[in-house]
Order: sequence, then structure tokens, then C-alpha cells
Amino acid sequence: MSWLHSVVLLPFLYALMIPFLYRYVSRIHTGWFVLPLPLILFVVLGSWLVDISEGETMLYTLSWIPSYGINLSFYVDGLSLVFGFLISGIGALVVLYSIFYLSKTRELLHNFYVYMLLFMGAMLGVVFSDNLIGFYLFWELTSISSFLLIAFWYQRKKSRNGAQKAMLITVSGGFSMLAGIVLLHSMAGTYSIRGIISQAGELQEHSLFLPAMIFVLIGAFAKSAQFPFHIWLPDAMEAPTPISAYLHSATMVKAGIYAIARFTPLFGGTGEWFWIITSVGLVTLFWGAVNAMKQTDLKALLAFSTISQLGLITSLLGIGSLALAVTEEAETALYTTAVLAAVFHLVNHSTFKGCLFMVIGIIDHETGTRDTRKLGGLMSLMPISFTLTLIGSLSMAGVPPFNGFLSKELFFTSSLSLEETGIFSAGAAGLLIPAVAWVASIFTFVYSMILIFHTFRGKYRPRRLEKKPKEAPPGMLISPAVLAAFVIGIFFAPNVLAHYVLEPMVASILPGDAGDFSIHIEAWHGFNKELFMTLGVIVLGSILFLTWKRWKGIFTLFPQVYTLNNAYSSGILKAEQAAYSFTNIYMSGLTRDYIQYILGILIILAGGMLLFSEGISFRRIDVSTIEVYEVLLAVGLVAGALTVMLASKRLTAIIAIGAVGYLVALFFVIFRAPDLALTQLVVETVSVALYLLCLRFLPEFRFRETARRVQIPNLIISLGVGVLITSFTLAAQGNKLFPSISVYFEDSYELAGSRNMVNAILADFRGFDTLLEIMVLCIAGLGVYSLISLRMKEKRDDHEN
Amino acid sequence: MEILMSITVGVLFMVATYLMLSRSIFRIVMGLVIISHGAHLLILTMGGLQNGMPPLLGQEAANYTDPLPQALILTAIVISFGLTAFVLVLAYRTYDAHKTDDLDQLRGTSDE
Repeated sequence: MSWLHSVVLLPFLYALMIPFLYRYVSRIHTGWFVLPLPLILFVVLGSWLVDISEGETMLYTLSWIPSYGINLSFYVDGLSLVFGFLISGIGALVVLYSIFYLSKTRELLHNFYVYMLLFMGAMLGVVFSDNLIGFYLFWELTSISSFLLIAFWYQRKKSRNGAQKAMLITVSGGFSMLAGIVLLHSMAGTYSIRGIISQAGELQEHSLFLPAMIFVLIGAFAKSAQFPFHIWLPDAMEAPTPISAYLHSATMVKAGIYAIARFTPLFGGTGEWFWIITSVGLVTLFWGAVNAMKQTDLKALLAFSTISQLGLITSLLGIGSLALAVTEEAETALYTTAVLAAVFHLVNHSTFKGCLFMVIGIIDHETGTRDTRKLGGLMSLMPISFTLTLIGSLSMAGVPPFNGFLSKELFFTSSLSLEETGIFSAGAAGLLIPAVAWVASIFTFVYSMILIFHTFRGKYRPRRLEKKPKEAPPGMLISPAVLAAFVIGIFFAPNVLAHYVLEPMVASILPGDAGDFSIHIEAWHGFNKELFMTLGVIVLGSILFLTWKRWKGIFTLFPQVYTLNNAYSSGILKAEQAAYSFTNIYMSGLTRDYIQYILGILIILAGGMLLFSEGISFRRIDVSTIEVYEVLLAVGLVAGALTVMLASKRLTAIIAIGAVGYLVALFFVIFRAPDLALTQLVVETVSVALYLLCLRFLPEFRFRETARRVQIPNLIISLGVGVLITSFTLAAQGNKLFPSISVYFEDSYELAGSRNMVNAILADFRGFDTLLEIMVLCIAGLGVYSLISLRMKEKRDDHEN
Repeated sequence: MEILMSITVGVLFMVATYLMLSRSIFRIVMGLVIISHGAHLLILTMGGLQNGMPPLLGQEAANYTDPLPQALILTAIVISFGLTAFVLVLAYRTYDAHKTDDLDQLRGTSDE
């Protein structure tokens, strides 16, 4: 155990205490107890910042299954530390916010905070894990905690559906990730990420390299809501707003980005990696921005905006991966800028989007709706919320003086840098990439304006609102205000952030010389292309926003039938129907059928094993002598059994079964087992008496099941079982693995004072067995007695009534 | 002898399986009885047949039959008797309550 392990495991341990705190200290909002934890984590991580920023790393390993190379090894470098800051820092703000957002009396707070701590621990585990199995474990745990949190208001159908959708998509992505991890392990022979990366050069020649890359990418794209897996994120907005701010914009959806960044040293520098990531990122950026404009629900708008911004970061990582492919120093620096832009925007996005989500939560909380068609004119009523929205939205739109402007400019620089490159024929795309980036930025500007103006400007329509709006309590405003302060602060002092946070991050994404550089971010670069692009965005965006009413109709032109959402829901429906009808075929509700399946599978598996395994022989049976009367007895036994099977009268069956029992007793005599013979004789006599009693009470056999109509399927199954048992008996005869232990019992007179060994075993050596056997008999006797006497009592009661 | 016993045990298991797959409760009970006979003979056969005197000390024998399978079977006989008795009464009660011994009719409501 180390400090690092405690950081990851502490949330899980703390989660165990929450239910008790909720139960026994119900006067205080449970959130207050949770709040210190992320703060402590933040401080602990902060104490490592200086060391890490100087290029140090930490690695601690806790053995788990060492024989398979599976350990809980945690590793801190620039990349994981920044994610750690986001998780703990925004975590603390979100907890503080949730204290005011969730009612102490009406909500199931213990569930909420347990899930949230579960997520926090899992997410920290994802970013700090060096072992890929540990990484995968925590990866899926984040999906599960996200599922639980989306379905927090499980009474709502939409919440449940949204949770299911998120779960299905992200967990399926996780399976793909697992496949990629297994492939990586089979190539590199280790689960350690650093170990795999150190072999990057050899692995790129491997034939499994490309499949592994694609599997890992599918997992990362599903998690980070990249096109076409993005459809789960808007539905995940059914979660309480603190959760949307935390999981679905600031942290969990960035796990995919983290995975891409983490694997860049391994996969980066190849053409496939560059093209897949860049194009998926750009399509997501564009498609998310288009969809965000048509949303009327503010949270849905933010969801699509998140999708779009995640696409932006992804595409930047794609462009940045070229730094590993080029050798010239000038070019390397160009692409390193793209990686810098990616991590810079990642941090910026967490600040402004977290702020916006919280403000939207406030609006929802105070007015009772998030619908832009109902909202309007809230500026004077909620001035602080308005200011915060303004800061967040303008930062999102890429307008100075907010941090979004800086990373947006860097984004333009990076997309323009592709024009000149000759590598991977990226230059062939020419102006396409910067053009897509630019148009998407215009759309981003438009929906940012929609967010501000349709909520706070326009006509105030109090009748459409469920509540009378007022400014939120100060406690609720603290968290978004802190984030907004960062939004502005980063703009004015970007190089503090760059030195301590971004440089080590870039260094861990681009190892070696490529990442060895110092960054200087400036707001003003003079009159260059990027500046004109930003001006164009603002001008065109404003025009589009002002004419929004005229052209918004085009969104309705696209038919709903062809959307991915529709494909998903009809797919789920069809799969359910198919599963249902398939299950109906074999689930007849009859135990007999199920026994048939079980026996059939037993015959196939066990029989197949007998047939195909080499070690079983039928040859080494030491056969003992055989007498004629023994053969006759065996024939009698078989005949008796078959008579029972085919008898059409109960009396015949009972006589035959009695005969079988007595013949078994005779066999016991032949096989030198006098005790067994005696017991069998007594038991058989009593049993036959019992059968005869049943003769009086149970009805005659059904015609169709007797000799005249043998049930063929049943017969086949039973024949199979018979043959199987016979072959197993024969096979076992020839394969005695151990000598008998029975010599021990020959001392029974000395040890137990009995000359009868069987009796000594029963009464002494295995006395407990016998005791329990007597207990079984007692229970059976009680059962018999109560079944009969209860009936008598009922009848008497009936009679009296 | 072992081969003969193996085949006999196989037939007993076959008959028992066939009976247990039928619809009438009484036949199922008989299937249970026969399968326990089969199991007893199976254990005995596994222990090795006829290589010594009955396991009673003081007979001055060179070697005895293995007593352990016999002890196991003795326990099994008694328990299977208890089971048979209980199941028979249960069958009787079931018939008494539902007026049928057909398992297809005893399967509960149709919308299960």
C-alpha cells in the first residue's frame, strides 16, 4: 500500500460509511460528510504537482494475481495527475453544489453519494492504473456507476431507458477495449502500459497491431461519445444535474480521451491512427454542433455541445499524433502544438462546461423547466446566474477574454498546420479539415448564443414556468462561480497552467524528444489567419443567430426514421422480441422438458468426453468369475425393471418393483454384504406395503404412457443415460487411481470394539453421518405425518363449518 | 461379473430415467426407487466384487470384502426409503388436493 493506492481506494472505503451516516446523522445533509474527501484528495494530489511538473513519475505496485501478471500498479505522470485534479477538484465542487441541489428530505441521498464515491474511486483508478487489467476493471466500474447515477430517479421511465442505453453502449465498448487489451498482451507479453509502450517500435510491425488499435479505439470512442456512439450521452442527461456536470461533461466522458492520449505513444505516428481519430473527431465535432443548435432542452443542448467539444479534443489528438511520425524539429513543434491544444481545451472544457451545467441546473431548480421555448427574460431576475452563463457560453464560443478563446485559436493553428504537411497524404485533404473546424466553430457560436439569449433575454413569461423564478441560494452559486473564476483566470495567466500542468501532460503523451519543449501561450498573436478565422466565426455566427428563426426549419427536414437513435431503439426492440420468441420455444414450463434438456446435454458432454479422451480404456478390467445363477439373477433383475417400465396396470408395476427390490437384496448376499441384504429386505417389505396403500388412493395409469405407446424421445434419452452409465462403470473399472483405504477398517475391533466392520463404520468411524441420516429420517417422518394429519384436520374443520 | 453388473446397472438407470420422464406421479416415484437400486449396485460394483469374505472379523479369512461401499450403501438405502415414503405421501396428498396425477395439469397457471 502506498499513498497512491490510498488515493484510489479511499473513495471506495468511504462509500461504505455513507449509508450509516445517512441513517444515523440524518439532520445534517449527507453531502457535508462527503465533501472533505475530494478536497483531501485534491490536496494530496496537489502536493505531488511540483515533482511531477519537473518530469518525475511515481509507480507503486500491489500484487494481485502475480502469476498472470495482473497487479494493482498505479502510476502517476503529468497526464494522469491532471485527470486526478479534474476528478477530485470538480468532484468537490459538484458535491458542494449537490448539497443545495438535492433535497435532504426527499431524495435518497445515501444512494446518490455511494454511487458518486464509487465513480470517483473508479475514475481515479482508470487514470492511475498502469496495469491494463486494473485499467479495464475500473473502466467498466465507471460505466456501472454512471448507469446507477443516470437511473438515480428510477421512478422515471426516461431515466431507466437512458441508463440502459448508456450502459449498453459504454459496456459494449468496454468489451471491445478488453479485446484490444488481450491482443496487446498477446503481442507484448505484459499488461503494463509502460511496458507495452517501451516495445512500441517492434509492436508496430506486428500483424495484430491494427486490430488491437481498432478495438481499443472503439472502446474509447464509445466512452467519449464519439460518432456514431454518441447517442447515449443526450439520454444520459436524465441524471441529476450535478451528475451531468461531473460524469457526463467533466470526467467520465473524458476517459476515452484519456485512453487515446495514453495510447498515443504506442499507436501514434501511424497513418491509421491519425486518420481514424482525426476524422471521427471532426465528424463528431460537426455533427454535435449541428444537433446542439436544434435542441430546445438546455441540458440536451449542453449534451450535444459536450459531444461536439469532445470531438474537437479527439481530432486535436489525432493531428498531434503526427508529431511522432515526423523527424524535422520544426514540424514536430507544429504538431506538438496540437497536443497542447488538446490538453488545454480538455482543461478549459471541464471548467466552462461544468460551470454551464451547474447554472442550467440552477435554472431548472428555480424555474421548474429547462425548455428554451418556455424560458426567457430571466436576466434581471437571476443576475448572478446570467453572468455565470455569459462567462461559460462565451468561453465555449471562443470569444476573448475567456480561456475557450485561447484553446480555440490553438485549434485553428493546428488544423491549418495540416495544410503544409506531406505525411500520410494529410495535405491532400487540403482545406477540408480547417474548413470543417471553422464551420463547426460557427455553429458552436450560434448555440452558445441560443443558450444565453433564449434563456435570459427575450420575453419573460411567468405563466409558462412552474415556479416563480428567483436567484439561487449563495451556496449553490459557489461552485459555478469558482469554475467561472478559472475560466477568466486561465485566460489572463495561461502560462502558469501551461508550465505546471500542460507541459508534463504533453510530455507524457509524446515521450522522448517530441514532448521536450516549453510552451508559451499568448492571447495576442498579431493579425494572422487564426485571428481572422475567429473574427469570421463571430460575425457569421452572429448573423446566423439573428436569423435563426428563419432557417431553423431545416432541422425538421431530416426524417426521424433514419436517425441513429431510431436504429438503436428498433434494434433493442427487435433483439428483445427475438430473444423472447426464442426463449418461448424451449421454455415449456414443464419440468420434464427441462430434465430432458439437462440429460441430453449430459449425454452429449460426458459421452463425448468418454469417446474423445485418450486416457480411458476398457481393457484393464480384472473380471471375476461368473456363475450361471448369477446370470439368471441379473436377467431377472433386468426383466423386472423392464416390466415396471412397460406395465399398464399399477398392480403389475408394484409386483415387479417388489421383485426388483428383493433381487437386489439377493445380489447383496452374493456380493458378501449381509448387512445390506438384511436392511434391503426389511425396507423392501415396508415399501411394498406403502405402494399397496397408494394403490387404493392413486388413479390407474394413463393409457398413452404404457407399453402400447412408448414415448420415443423419452426412450432415446433414457437409453442414452443407460449406455452412458454402463460405459462409465466399465471405464472406471479399468482406471483405479488410488489404492483402497479400507485396510484401515480391519482394525475395527481394536479401534471401535466391533467385529462387524460395516457396523463399526456406521456407528463409530462415521458416526456423524449416521446421526444426520437419522435426522433425515426424522424429517421425512415428520413430513409424512404432517401431510396426513393436516389433511384430517382440514376435513374436520370443513365438516364443522 | 463386473461387465454383467455394469450392463444391469445401465438398464436400471435407463428404466428409471424413462419412468421419471413420464407424466404420472406414481411412475416417477417408481423411477426414483429404481434409480436408487441402480446407484447402490453401482457403488458396490465399483468397490470390487467377490474378492474376499464378508467384512466380519473373526472369520479367520485371508482378506475381506471392502466394507466402505457397504457402509455408504446402507446409509443410502435408509435415506432412499425415507424419501420414497415421503414422496408417496406427497403424491397422495397432491392427488387428493388436485384430483389429478398428471404433471401436465399440475403445472400451475397458464400465464406463468
